[in-house]
Amino acid sequence: MTIRFNDETFRDDYTHFNSPEAIQRFPFPFDRDDYMYSVNIESHTSGPKGTPFDVAFDVDEHYVSEMRDLAITLEQDPKRCQSLPHMELAGWDLLELIMTSKVADYPDLFELHRDGNAWRWVNKPLGIDDSFTFLDASTLPYGPMEYITRQAQGDFAVLDQRDGSLWMDAGMVTCQADWSLDFNIGMNFTEWHAPVPKAHEMRIFERALKFLMNVQQGAPSRRLNWTMTVNPRLDTSPENYHLWGPEKRTVTPENVGQKQYLRVELQTFWRLPRSNALAFPIRCYLANLQDLSSVPKWGRRLHRVIRDLPDELADYKGFTLNRPMIVEYLSQFDDGAETSLGIYPAEDQS
Amino acid sequence: MTQTQFSPSITSRPTYSQLQSHGGSPAILVADGSGGQALLDLIARDASVLDRGQIFFVTAGTEFGAQLREAGAKAYHQGLFFNEILTQYQAALAQATMATRIYLAGSEGLIGHATAEALAAGIDAGSIQGEHRGGIARRMQCVHCKGMTDDVTTDPFTCSHCGLNLFVRDHFSRRLGAFQGVCVDAETPGEVPETQEIKL
Ligand code: HEM
Repeated sequence: MTIRFNDETFRDDYTHFNSPEAIQRFPFPFDRDDYMYSVNIESHTSGPKGTPFDVAFDVDEHYVSEMRDLAITLEQDPKRCQSLPHMELAGWDLLELIMTSKVADYPDLFELHRDGNAWRWVNKPLGIDDSFTFLDASTLPYGPMEYITRQAQGDFAVLDQRDGSLWMDAGMVTCQADWSLDFNIGMNFTEWHAPVPKAHEMRIFERALKFLMNVQQGAPSRRLNWTMTVNPRLDTSPENYHLWGPEKRTVTPENVGQKQYLRVELQTFWRLPRSNALAFPIRCYLANLQDLSSVPKWGRRLHRVIRDLPDELADYKGFTLNRPMIVEYLSQFDDGAETSLGIYPAEDQS
Repeated sequence: MTQTQFSPSITSRPTYSQLQSHGGSPAILVADGSGGQALLDLIARDASVLDRGQIFFVTAGTEFGAQLREAGAKAYHQGLFFNEILTQYQAALAQATMATRIYLAGSEGLIGHATAEALAAGIDAGSIQGEHRGGIARRMQCVHCKGMTDDVTTDPFTCSHCGLNLFVRDHFSRRLGAFQGVCVDAETPGEVPETQEIKL
């Protein structure tokens, strides 16, 4: 399967688009007609063919343009990529994991030639052909984590595991749902989740942390998280909130279908072999309401989920203001019919 | 009650309790305002805490300076603002050993700032204690320009560096010793909600 890469932008003129194939494989996050926080973790070793769940690190039509957008964000704010000194080995672990996974999943796009520690990495979509010495950072143009995450879609948090918690001691964060790596760096699992409503009382974080601390090498896990974003903007950082916040007020009943995006995060969890750190990639997918509701099941379901979502969650996710317009728009796709369980488009597929 | 009870809702916020003496270990004691009384109370409970202790005190209009100066510490530094004695504090941290204990008392802003300095100097978090006394002024970092504003008592407030109107987000970084301030009128420039006193 070859991928045709879109030439598109995620800021200013927002020329981002989803092809019909991209819509069909969109990781729709709702497996039923309502939503509440839960410990929604499952194994990340397989999934239906062609979906983002079938590969380790999904590469799709947005790859090349997303990497261009990341470079712009990083150029404007280098603090989006940080690694505390003790995290360099974990960076090499991550580099190895991503390179070997991409080669296994996309042999026509990526090549890795290894002779002991002498490695040659070929990334055809981005036109990269670099030779370097594994575990010798002086042979790469950036630190190992930065080098490889400049070539991988989504955000990455790399967590050190010690003293009974996970610590956000490294990361590359340029397409986040309104949180700051620079503020959170050095925090532990409980601390960085502090602003989330309800989940603490539901003891979700306690149980999730216990699970994560026991993730084993070769047995990755995943979960989906979601929010709402106006315009297909990857960089919805708190740092730049004064730049993208005003765009929330540009939604009207006429344009809400095109301008309002469901933002889905495919989060995966990987134990790293040498450092025992945990890699936490957060892959961001964007699709607007109009495209999503071209799938009848999704249109019906999204209407019900957004309409019935507890206010606290809509507040936290930052779309309280536009919720009535969103619900009104989506109601046209909800004929009251039953929806099948599961997230996939076809009514009989679960 | 001299110690402040904080809202437990912010799980990233440190909790504070009464300072516990570690006897004659090397010690760095830092306080501002009525935190001076907390140091005097600590010394009254166990005077040996000053055997190898240095005191750094920010007066903030209080009278505890005279008593602290006479309390018998190895060294005593005083300033009107923390910044005036920051270099001396940093120098003391640079000389600290594994055995050194850090005692902090006073405003949350001072405890946060002094903790951040100590962590940056490589002091183990387990060697740092804080006892909160006095008001509830917060030290805030502007998430946009990264500038710090001390002694914030209202929400929203104006960033002292970039001038944006910021709301006080209930999220605290120990590394920075500060809460997060986020632009309050981003969506509707100029529409700033009425100023309120920060609650605990
Ligand atoms: C180690 C891996 C993880 C990292 C690095 C991480 C990081 C984060 C961050 C930075 C936020 C934003 C908090 C803010 O508002 O500032 C967040 C939100 C959240 N996290 Fe995690 N998280 C991790 C694992 C998990 C797991 C396993 C769960 C399982 C239930 C979870 C549940 C949530 C929930 C429910 C939210 C609120 C999301 C929303 O409503 O949009 N997280 N996480």
